[in-house]
Amino acid sequence: MSTSIPAIFNLADLLAIAYQIEADAVERYTLLADQMETHNNTELMKVFRDLARAEGIHAEEILRLAGDIDLTGRANSLRSSWPEGESPEEVDLGAAHYLMTPWHALQLSLAGEKRALAFFTSIAETAKDAKVKEMAAEFVEEEAEHVNLVYRLLRKYPKPADSWSRDGDPPSAQG
Amino acid sequence: MSSVETRTACKPGDYKSDIKPIWCPGCGDYHVLLSFTRAFAQLGLVPEETVVVSGIGCSSRIPAYTSCYGFHGVHGRSLALATGLKVSRPDLTVVVASGDGDGYSIGGNHFLHACRRNIDMTYVVMDNRVYGMTKGQPSPTTEPDFDTALSPGGTGLSPFHPLVIALAAGANFVARAFSGEPNGTASILAEAIRHPGFSFVEVLSPCVTFRPDEREWKNLMHPAPVAATGDPGKAARRIMTDDGFNIGILYRGSRRPFQAKMGATRVDPAELEKDFAL
Repeated sequence: MSTSIPAIFNLADLLAIAYQIEADAVERYTLLADQMETHNNTELMKVFRDLARAEGIHAEEILRLAGDIDLTGRANSLRSSWPEGESPEEVDLGAAHYLMTPWHALQLSLAGEKRALAFFTSIAETAKDAKVKEMAAEFVEEEAEHVNLVYRLLRKYPKPADSWSRDGDPPSAQG
Repeated sequence: MSSVETRTACKPGDYKSDIKPIWCPGCGDYHVLLSFTRAFAQLGLVPEETVVVSGIGCSSRIPAYTSCYGFHGVHGRSLALATGLKVSRPDLTVVVASGDGDGYSIGGNHFLHACRRNIDMTYVVMDNRVYGMTKGQPSPTTEPDFDTALSPGGTGLSPFHPLVIALAAGANFVARAFSGEPNGTASILAEAIRHPGFSFVEVLSPCVTFRPDEREWKNLMHPAPVAATGDPGKAARRIMTDDGFNIGILYRGSRRPFQAKMGATRVDPAELEKDFAL
């Protein structure tokens, strides 16, 4: 999943992009939680709901920071400026599997947080506007904390055995 | 969609219904749903003036997952339904969703004639090269060597080539997209809806359950190396010789869309019903 960087001219653009990144992550985690609920994987459903909740809190914080700026409208129009890729924290829905475990979910999350960290680091390093640079540096700190948080969570969920996807009654054998 | 009023206030989430999809985890159709909602938001479509019509199959569940009007129709007949709808209500934006089985086999004949008629609507086929809902039978786009318990030794048949067939039959817009890139797919869908006449978008959408090999598609996709052409001969040559994984708008025609001449007097549906009363 490539992440081209949309043009950021001012603080409002940066906040809109940051908001969009979090909102996209909420959408993806919610979709994954719904999938797991539908397929009776309740443990994983809870993990995805927690991840969606955490990203939602970040999105709300950015909305608060923005005050009167219409972030949702601006974010929606900025979406088309990611023509060759998705926003950094968008989780690849295609990587989901009906027998996946919380370890797999956290791996997806970790990859997204690392992409977001790299994204904001790049902005902080290249931004010309001082306010954008300062705010991007704050987002870098936050994303670094999120990466550490996922690592801490991974201690609770060790890597499953290689046979995790083995299904005694696989769907492809039902023909 | 030139006649449709648009507004900009809708967000992608506004086009989603409260019904949770029941596709398999990892299915490409989840991404296609995201692309639908993003394209609709990009265009600022009014949900109650937008209709998603489908046939039968995994992909055809999509109308229920949107907040637009929807019609989950009969197997292979989504284009027939959509044609009737668009002719009688040209003010609506009509998007038709189908799969490779529903669209190219059971609905193959309707596909040809919908291209030929060039009515202003958008046809999105989610192609996973297998009948997923009925547990993995080969479809018209399945490779000849797809060797499974249901097709021992493979079918040995040449796959259907939907893009070049659409072009030959008269489609006014032909594109290929990949579900794993929902923003790119949304932009193509938005272009297809904007373009007058019959727009055909084939979305390669992996079936991870019956075609787990299709998880690799994301590593094969690449942007179309050339810009869209309005020359059908050139487009046909490109499509026939490409590797099947280049994505983008491949043909953008300028044929005038069909518009039905509506009679001056409209018949009250209650009057029509009398003829069918038992």
